[in-house]
Amino acid sequence: MKIVRISNAAIQPDEGLAALAGLGGGAVSSFTGIARDDGGVTAIELEHYPGMTEASLSSLIEAATARWSLLGAIITHRVGIVPVGAPVVVVGAASLHRAAALEATAFLIDRLKTEAPFWKREHYADGTAKWVDAKASDDARAERWA
Amino acid sequence: MKLVYFARVREAIGLSSEECDVPQDARSVGDLVAWISARSEEHACALQDLSRLRFALDQEMVADDALLGAAQELAIFPPVTGG
Repeated sequence: MKIVRISNAAIQPDEGLAALAGLGGGAVSSFTGIARDDGGVTAIELEHYPGMTEASLSSLIEAATARWSLLGAIITHRVGIVPVGAPVVVVGAASLHRAAALEATAFLIDRLKTEAPFWKREHYADGTAKWVDAKASDDARAERWA
Repeated sequence: MKLVYFARVREAIGLSSEECDVPQDARSVGDLVAWISARSEEHACALQDLSRLRFALDQEMVADDALLGAAQELAIFPPVTGG
């Protein structure tokens, strides 16, 4: 099971994880990224590159399934306006034993952060908005998997 | 070729996409970006620092020395910040 979903509406993390739990393995691992209240941020807005986004996330799942023995993997990513406290991204993997699912989950989110064509803008209570800069620490984490 | 812009680049140029006829002497992504820069002050400003830009040819990430070949679409954008 390999699922990539780009959503304009609120993500329900449990839906994808329940599907992974039904694959007969002994392990499901997941990561949920949540819009954070960073110094007065009220919402974040995500822009993406339709077409390339889906292809890029699918190829990340292909790379993870080539590297680890997985029963399934999912990536669900929000686009548009996401209020603080709501999920932005859910990544999950299922495997027979925990190591593969745990490592694949970290791989998927680390590589997503540096490869998938999304751009994030923070909205503040006073009506202003600011594009978020890419972080060198994210590049360093992604390079661990090279 | 279709040019598509995202995030800060889109805002700085004031367009999300436009068409261009690739000049014969533009062989690489970097060549074409230099040529696009001359279109307007906004283009020049948005595209002046290649180190702060990323590129995709036909929706595959490439470096600025990648050859254009027969590609139909060049996307120009800042480093990605999803997740």
